[in-house]
Amino acid sequence: MSDNALEVRDLTIALPPGADRTEATSRVSFDVGRGEVVCLVGESGSGKSVIAQSVMGLLPRALPVTGGEIRLLDEDITRAPPERLRTLRCVRMSMIFQEPMTALNPVQRCGDQIDEVLRFHTQESHVERRKRILNMLKEVALPDPERMMASYPHQLSGGQRQRIMIAMALVLDPALLIADEPTTALDVTTQAQILNLILSLQKTHGTGVLFITHDFGVVAEIAHRVAVLRLGQLVEFGPKQEVLTRPAHDYTKMLIASVPSIQPQARGADAAAPVVLATRGLRKIYRDGGWFARRREVRAAEDVTLEVRRGQTLGIVGESGSGKSTVARCIVRLIDPSAGEILLGGLDISGLRASALRPLRSKVQIVFQDPYRSLNPRRTVGEAIIEGPLNYGIARDVALERARRLMALVRMDAQALDRYPHQFSGGQRQRICIARALAMEPELLIADEAVSALDVSVQAQVLALLEEIRARLDLAMLFITHDLRVAAQVCDHVAVMSKGRVVEYGPAKDVFLRPQHEYTRALFDAAPGRGFAFGST
Amino acid sequence: MNAPDARQYEALSIESAAIVRTQSAWGRVRASWSVRIGGSVLALLVLLALAAPWLGTVDPTLFDAGSRDLRPGAQGEITTLEGETVKHTFLMGSDSLGRDIYSRVLYGTRVSLLVGISTALLALAFGIACGLASGYLRWLDGVLMRIMDGIMAIPAILIAIALVAMWRGSLLTVIVAIAIPEIPRVTRLVRSLVLSIREEPYVEAAVSLGTPTVKIMFAHILPNCIAPLLVQGTFICALGILVEAILSFLGVGLPPDIPTWGNVMAEGRIHFNEYPHNIFFPGVFLAVTVLAVNILGDGLRDTLDPKMAKRV
Repeated sequence: MSDNALEVRDLTIALPPGADRTEATSRVSFDVGRGEVVCLVGESGSGKSVIAQSVMGLLPRALPVTGGEIRLLDEDITRAPPERLRTLRCVRMSMIFQEPMTALNPVQRCGDQIDEVLRFHTQESHVERRKRILNMLKEVALPDPERMMASYPHQLSGGQRQRIMIAMALVLDPALLIADEPTTALDVTTQAQILNLILSLQKTHGTGVLFITHDFGVVAEIAHRVAVLRLGQLVEFGPKQEVLTRPAHDYTKMLIASVPSIQPQARGADAAAPVVLATRGLRKIYRDGGWFARRREVRAAEDVTLEVRRGQTLGIVGESGSGKSTVARCIVRLIDPSAGEILLGGLDISGLRASALRPLRSKVQIVFQDPYRSLNPRRTVGEAIIEGPLNYGIARDVALERARRLMALVRMDAQALDRYPHQFSGGQRQRICIARALAMEPELLIADEAVSALDVSVQAQVLALLEEIRARLDLAMLFITHDLRVAAQVCDHVAVMSKGRVVEYGPAKDVFLRPQHEYTRALFDAAPGRGFAFGST
Repeated sequence: MNAPDARQYEALSIESAAIVRTQSAWGRVRASWSVRIGGSVLALLVLLALAAPWLGTVDPTLFDAGSRDLRPGAQGEITTLEGETVKHTFLMGSDSLGRDIYSRVLYGTRVSLLVGISTALLALAFGIACGLASGYLRWLDGVLMRIMDGIMAIPAILIAIALVAMWRGSLLTVIVAIAIPEIPRVTRLVRSLVLSIREEPYVEAAVSLGTPTVKIMFAHILPNCIAPLLVQGTFICALGILVEAILSFLGVGLPPDIPTWGNVMAEGRIHFNEYPHNIFFPGVFLAVTVLAVNILGDGLRDTLDPKMAKRV
């Protein structure tokens, strides 16, 4: 009997023909000890989720295990029949997922969903089961467990839902917990709480945790040992301290070097540079409800006063729902602000009608978060880039020539102009979006979480590109992000938003090194992996 | 900025290694068996309809008192418009007026396919226009959709009967009468598609690029609605063929002398017990056509659905 919760030996999983490689994972070996947290790190497509699914026996038919073995508490479960796996799930191994809203059944009360696990695996009476659920909910630090049991998933917050998931996963005290990006969909402050919770539960229950993540900050917080995957191959496996501080493999080195440092860059911002865009008391209120429903008001942005100067970057940081994207969309006039001024080069554009606004639209351009939805799938890259210039009456061949120059600027091949967006990866598409924005020769470039959906190495490349372009074209940039590390690297000034209001606003150096507002401090305290000096290798 | 360090490893990044391979939508469509089968049957029907005069048919409106109620395959004679009497084999028998069912069914294929395709195109054209307007120009939405609700509240067949009664039965009337009740359904489909597509970042990007509203609607939103519309179009086509047959059968469609499957069946209804072939042959054609169109539609839906367009 070994004392490992999980052992994976030479695990090889095939991909269907026509995929970009033949194997999802190739001879991957690692183990998770009892009471140990092993982080499986890798970029998208590295095969980390496939490994989790193979352990749980959740692999789709198209991905068969073709070699190696998976041992759970010394039992070979690689080819265990479905009935056996069913009795093992929740009892010896459990899994929690990235999106707790979709992992929970929306039409069942949370208590009933946990109860289902107990009904299936135990012979306990109703009263015993209920007691056990209440205890478990107390253990995951949910307030008012009775009420939580009777709630439906949509009545809870994201963090609370993830706690319910954890309670459900651990209620039968399994030896192994698989966590597949469990905090990726959560805000940093919630993420910090959930990570702490997993750590403390894992300690008290002696559970082995296989924690899948792409975030090195999270790895630094939680891992005992780290396994790094690249294109289905395990490139490095060792104790956290070793992997993070003395990575042996070039790929690991590259990944760690790509993680932005949370220390702000020293930047000389010219305080006399002309103001490109300013908002004064900007407000956006969403009104809900119709003829019969009760009217509701959501104050998405309230009294937002900001300034972006030429050649400088203003960062807006905040958690989801803080109103940062609302501000950006008001400035681009994708939505109409409810009150306040938006001064573009001194001219208030907040109340301009569509026709008066059109000539000014070229001055402000925006790059969105999701590279897969930012380009029209039915138009070629070239058409996308020249669309703006054509709208402003520039001749087609002139616009195409400009597009070719821009492709070189964003370091892409000019041949890409004739292709369709689906032929490009996320990072390449984001470069195309930047080129499309630059084709308008804007004065202000807004990046709305423009690097958030990208893998860390690609993110570093796109950030570097944005920096270079800002400097070369002397652009003003409004950089919206939830990621403090990214903000620390690119921003001259930072505005911290919470619940629609700017709670702190100042030079990046001051905000990062001497945060004044308690919300800002909480935000910084929650940032995972603060203790590690990433990005300094 | 730590970018220079990151860039030195750029070759190691997953992105440069990833090859994105997708099968084109058209390739998937051609590989689908449903599309192949439905498409070939339809192609065969179109061929039959076009080549009807050369497939041993006579003028479908000709009748001969001497050749009434013949069994399928029976020999008989038929009088042409010039007054000549010619020998003719009645492959599918003849009806109670002595008309050749085979000729009537084959010529009826023309009418059915024409009605089916025209109804689909007409309903799609108006549905797309109303749906785009309603989904993108929100101030129009309330009014337009209430009108559509109104049309939908009346049973489709009732509208068709009323319209044909108002304008008298002609091919155009029947097509319009069948298309109108379908317009609200297409409108709703297009509207729901537009409502989700208009929130896509690429549409917002187009707005910030200063693209005029009309161009956004037709160059950005409409092309992304095509796949579901194509599928919906095939279903309307099948329905149009059916409704045309029903109208003719009820005697409110095209005039009885025009050869349509519904008219042939209506004519044969009275003597159904003795001469079932009068209903059997047009019925088989009707069923096969509608089935083929529906199979084609299913195949298109399975292959063009955005969820299917993932990486292979």
